[in-house]
Amino acid sequence: MQSEPPNDPEHALAAAVTRGDLGSLSEALNQIDDDRPENREAALALLDAIEGHSRSPRIGVTGAPGAGKSTLLDALVAGLRERDRSIGILAVDPSSQRTGGALLGDRMRLSSSARDSGVFLRSLAARDQLGGLSEITGASLDLMQAAFDIVFVETVGVGQSEAGVIDIVDSLIFVAQPASGDLIQFMKAGILEWPDIFFVNKSDLGDAARRTSAELKAGLQLGGRRDPDYTPKVLCGSARDALGIDELLEAIDEHQQYLESSGQGDIRRTSGRAARVRNTLMTRFGRYGLERLTGPFEVETYVGEKSHSSVERLADELGLRIMKELGRDVA
Amino acid sequence: MSPNRDRPWLIRTYSGHSSARASNALYRSNLAKGQTGLSVAFDLPTQTGYDSDHPLARGEVGKVGVPISHIDDMECLFQEIPLDKMNTSMTINATAAWLLSLYIATAERQGSTSVALTGTTQNDIVKEYLSRGTFVFPPEASMRLTSEMVAYTVDHAPRWNPINICSYHLQEAGATPVQEIAYAMANAISVLDRVRENEEVDDETLSRIFGRISFFLNAGIRFVEEMCKCRAMTRLWAEIGRDRYGISDEKMLRLRYGVQVNSLGLTEAQPENNIVRIALEALGVTLSKRARTRSLQLPAWNEALGLPRPWDQQLSLRTQQILAYETDLLEYEDLFDGSHVVEKLTAELLSTAREELQTVLDMGGAVVAVENAYMKQRLVESHTKRLRAIESGELVVVGVNEYQETVESPLVEGGSESILKVDESAEREQIESLEAFRNRRNSDEASRALRLLEDTVKSGANIMPVSIEAAKAGVTTGEWSEVLRNIFGEYRAPTGVAAASASSGHEASAEVERVRARVDDVSSRLGRRLKILVGKPGLDGHSNGAEQIAVKARDVGMEVVYDGIRLTPQEIVQSARDEGVHIIGLSILSGSHCVLVVDVVEQLRRAGLGEIPVVVGGIIPGDDAEELKKAGVVRVYTPKDFDLTRIMSEIVDVVSELNAV
Ligand code: B12
Ligand SMILES: Nc1nc2c(ncn2[C@@H]2O[C@H](COP(=O)(O)OP(=O)(O)O)[C@@H](O)[C@H]2O)c(=O)[nH]1
Ligand SMILES: [Mg+2]
Repeated sequence: MQSEPPNDPEHALAAAVTRGDLGSLSEALNQIDDDRPENREAALALLDAIEGHSRSPRIGVTGAPGAGKSTLLDALVAGLRERDRSIGILAVDPSSQRTGGALLGDRMRLSSSARDSGVFLRSLAARDQLGGLSEITGASLDLMQAAFDIVFVETVGVGQSEAGVIDIVDSLIFVAQPASGDLIQFMKAGILEWPDIFFVNKSDLGDAARRTSAELKAGLQLGGRRDPDYTPKVLCGSARDALGIDELLEAIDEHQQYLESSGQGDIRRTSGRAARVRNTLMTRFGRYGLERLTGPFEVETYVGEKSHSSVERLADELGLRIMKELGRDVA
Repeated sequence: MSPNRDRPWLIRTYSGHSSARASNALYRSNLAKGQTGLSVAFDLPTQTGYDSDHPLARGEVGKVGVPISHIDDMECLFQEIPLDKMNTSMTINATAAWLLSLYIATAERQGSTSVALTGTTQNDIVKEYLSRGTFVFPPEASMRLTSEMVAYTVDHAPRWNPINICSYHLQEAGATPVQEIAYAMANAISVLDRVRENEEVDDETLSRIFGRISFFLNAGIRFVEEMCKCRAMTRLWAEIGRDRYGISDEKMLRLRYGVQVNSLGLTEAQPENNIVRIALEALGVTLSKRARTRSLQLPAWNEALGLPRPWDQQLSLRTQQILAYETDLLEYEDLFDGSHVVEKLTAELLSTAREELQTVLDMGGAVVAVENAYMKQRLVESHTKRLRAIESGELVVVGVNEYQETVESPLVEGGSESILKVDESAEREQIESLEAFRNRRNSDEASRALRLLEDTVKSGANIMPVSIEAAKAGVTTGEWSEVLRNIFGEYRAPTGVAAASASSGHEASAEVERVRARVDDVSSRLGRRLKILVGKPGLDGHSNGAEQIAVKARDVGMEVVYDGIRLTPQEIVQSARDEGVHIIGLSILSGSHCVLVVDVVEQLRRAGLGEIPVVVGGIIPGDDAEELKKAGVVRVYTPKDFDLTRIMSEIVDVVSELNAV
């Protein structure tokens, strides 16, 4: 896709990341997390350099706290390592507090066998934004995608709060607690709208898991889906006892194939990129600022044309544009 | 002397180190000094099911206890100690079924049988998940092992206590008296409910089993309250027996317990003060006849410095003997019956504990409350409160946060000579002797026994008979455990730290606010928030320090990665790399710091992460601290550094100096 990269430090680092060098990846992740203005350009150059480099699947794993997302990831890692695939995991922690402090402790669930050179786990404190994912989440996933065969992002969410994850992943898995609610509640929470795969966990605890899957299946027939052409899979299993993991991996593959063959994958990525740029601008300049962008500078149009630039670069470029317009307003 | 003195409690000292031979010599000399029972401390590889030559055993063999890899080790440990006459307490849990099998096989070699044996296997897994850390298997499999040991011993070793429900370790992890009572009872209920599921257990057997369940309690410095705690537990246990299990035999309903007095409150500063603390704590569980312990273990004055030498243990033994044989406390009926103060305090503890017990039962019982981290979270919270109170001076610890003025103590003039140093050659010698054993055993027989063990575990039949056969056939600790690991899998208990720290909202002190501001400042200079990895290398299960450091680091505004106990240096280095941390803090109390910390530092260097500063905390003797610093460690903390906020401030210094532009 790219010709021989120029010989500057960002490109050297980008090349090391795409080779899957884990130390370099870590350094790169630190670099894009750096919020000192003087380091911004290096971060953008790095992100530009890896943009579009990899088509590795990006999978979101979401669900209520305690549903078993981390345990499920551990089981998935074991399954994927057997298939010789390298894996990156981004664990977004919701618990940061006013002081900025956060305890990122989910690693304990990754069993030691999973901690070989083909697995990488970075935790991120979801700071800055109210409930939503911070900008850095998407950018971090972009970097990790360049380094691994498959990447996952674990976020806490129920229903509508999934909306932010949708913009950064191709496939979304919702991990459901058995008996976590009747159909009406699922619908009220908007849970049925976004996920591509439902995994009803803790089947080892008895019948509730099967009942919950049945309810979910029934609910999905009522429509109201983001992608009406794809009927999400509803699976049932136990992350703890590694039951239903092969089926889940198959379902992921199958959804990936669907995205590829239907062209939905490209559509999702393009609209996801635009949505991320829009969200960033919204945070920085508000609705008033966003409305200054018109014509060729309309977010969707602009992002659609510049497929080789990173989301962050585009957000900065359009941000500059907004500031100019705002300046003109004042004048 | 009064003619009708009560019989004293069993007098023990918890000990074992280096090798079976060295520990045997120690036991015999302790018995000669008038100790009346034995209490075996195993090393961490034995407790976690590894042979001495396993890679994870490196640096840990013979350190904090005796290594027992096979029947010849066990036989050597009890040489010239007739097991049919001895009362032996074994602090062994995940591998309890195996060590009991070795013990029974040894007794048979001595010409005795299991029926004659008296003693205790600790065998309490729930508290391993909550505090002690030598768990191996998942909860379900562990409960199965426990219930099979109970079912086996009730007929084949009727005088053996197959399980000792421990609240001791909960207090050592920060539990309040109420938590100690409630969680121990919840734990016992989870075991008994499980045993009752077994169809072969009829009402009569259940009553006998109930009567064989014993407890292991703690006794802290608030010794009046501790005495009342014991009284409250006695009542609650009988109540549970009657109401939940329909037991009517009064003898079976009696709470039987042993005690080790509190060690968490023993200090590194002015360590001689501990002699007094220990004696007062012992008084709390012996003074009142109604709440008198059946056996007692006292730690040593140099508890917070390192392992006790024979002389240090002797002083603790003498403390017990003075209490039992010089004082008049064994001459009277209960001194407190009719005291309305004691009655009121007991009733209060009882009713609050009942409520907390009900909370756990409503959740689904002790096992559920382990898996969802409820109890662990509560313990971490209590410990956080305790340490805050020490920091603020609200809780006085003489010689630590008050009355620090002191002359040099003659007891510690010798420096690192004031503790027991395990000879570095112990590990090598143990490995050699293990190899020799493997060579001389009949390997066909051993493999056959292992296959039988595997089939039996898979079939769901009782594991004890085949394990005893395996012990006789020369199977090793690592081999036995490996079979079970392969079938049951392994489990890592939740740390409870994230939830505990999230709930720890409180008025920050001016000091904390000051450190927060510095963290903000350094973070903005770093370009992202200061991120610390708190790591626990090796088999060490002492999590308190790491947990509290993690909670405090978050409290002052750092991003903290804490993955729990028992990680290899390699795993820690991997975490540090993946997470992109600015500093690494290692916590290690098991004595294997020289090997493991140096290993982490070297692996960091090899991974190109040598610039990340490493600080270390735990039980680190002065000489070793110097050695670690030479290896590249920036700072070393020990228990005398009780001010966590100050430690945080120094961590900020380290990062700040390194990143000064
Ligand atoms: C509490 C305790 C336990 C509890 C642990 C509960 C838990 N979940 O943590 C229980 C009862 C379970 C326990 C068990 C054992 N224990 Co113990 N235990 C202690 C005790 C009494 C206190 C330790 C403690 O928690 N202190 C409170 C915390 C907050 O302090 P701290 O960890 O020292 O941390 C402070 C500093 O060191 C520093 N720090 C610590 N870590 C870090 C990390 C960083 C990054 C930083 C900056 C600072 C820092 O800051 C803290 C603030 O002051 C000590 C003796 C003592 N008084 O110190 C023995 C002690 C550590 N135990 C000991 C032993 C031998 C054991 C066993 C191995 C015995 C056995 N053979 O089975 C078992 C098994 C444990 C296992 N799985 O490894 C020995 C270790 C001997 C040695 N090193 O040579 C000691 C020293 C007692 C002794 N003298 O024999 N123990
Ligand atoms: N019984 C059962 N418990 C599970 C299963 N998966 C996870 N758990 C437990 O559920 C709790 C929360 O798991 P975790 O993976 O941390 O959930 P997360 O918050 O969604 O990441 C833990 O106590 C797990 O042990 C399962 O399949 N069966
Ligand atoms: Mg999780």
